Amino acid sequence: MKLVLGYQVDILARKVVEKELMKIGVSYKYHNSSQIELLEELPCAVFEKLKRNLEEFGIHIRETQQEQLIQKIKDTVSEIVHDDNYYSFKISSILSDKLNLSYGYIASTFSDHTLNTLENYIMLQKIERAKVMILSDEYSLTEIAYKLNYSSVGHLSNQFKKITGLTSTSFLRIIRRRNLLYNKINNG
Amino acid sequence: MKKINILLADDDDDDRLFFSEAIEQLGLSVSLKWVVNGVELLDYLKTPDIQLPELIFLDLNMPIKGGIECLIEIRSTEYLKHLSVAIYSTSSAEQDIEESLIHGANIYIRKPSDFDELKAILNKVITTNHQYHSSHLSKENFMMVI
Repeated sequence: MKLVLGYQVDILARKVVEKELMKIGVSYKYHNSSQIELLEELPCAVFEKLKRNLEEFGIHIRETQQEQLIQKIKDTVSEIVHDDNYYSFKISSILSDKLNLSYGYIASTFSDHTLNTLENYIMLQKIERAKVMILSDEYSLTEIAYKLNYSSVGHLSNQFKKITGLTSTSFLRIIRRRNLLYNKINNG
Repeated sequence: MKKINILLADDDDDDRLFFSEAIEQLGLSVSLKWVVNGVELLDYLKTPDIQLPELIFLDLNMPIKGGIECLIEIRSTEYLKHLSVAIYSTSSAEQDIEESLIHGANIYIRKPSDFDELKAILNKVITTNHQYHSSHLSKENFMMVI
């Protein structure tokens, strides 16, 4: 039996997208047939999955150049902070080299499109790595300061306190006590 | 502009007003919901299909169910335990701060009486938490005392 179909592509696309968005449970607003605004931030993994799922239907998410750049900046900062080979270089010059853009441009794009300055973001990443190293018990504060390109232990401690409001010693003690408590709750 | 969903649990009318006025003046795109005690808080969080908040501000001393009790319940509920929680209190006692963090609070805020100070604190807390929320940063070690 032969079926002859007629269809409207924009309705088709819209239905598919709506279905996928409902699966994730994110709220959104339709601007027009090719623009949807997500009313909440999606974690990376969820966004990537959405992108892949839509691609199966031939629907492509065009990320604005700015968003792509912001993501690239964040990924590059993370890469630099975690790579011991960069310990003696200034992050600003490495970033500029890797992205082939002036640091001024990178920094202003970052602050224009996120709620923070690039400088703060870099500090946050460095302190997060410092926390992991402190908790691992494998490094002295001196080694950590060195690996993260702080001029001294004092400099690291100051930044740690500035960002977290805690000394690294208090931080360690609190996390340990918290983990003990969590273990008790989970095993009790 | 994507809205940041914030939930406040505080039994004091004046404090809630103070807080919401400060939030309004920050110029961030924030959607604020408030509840008046811990029971309302958990009831709200457990409502099916709601959009979970990006950040919860929890008063330490509330009647019926206090801040710590709420915190324990949030951290032991599978689909809520990843939420960012800020304990918000007039107390600046070391013990209260540590107890809150040990029970899983990400942030401890000592309630200021100065309005501008509150705005500055809320700005710092919300924007910092947002970085964790929108980047690949794990919140496991996210801790802030302010």
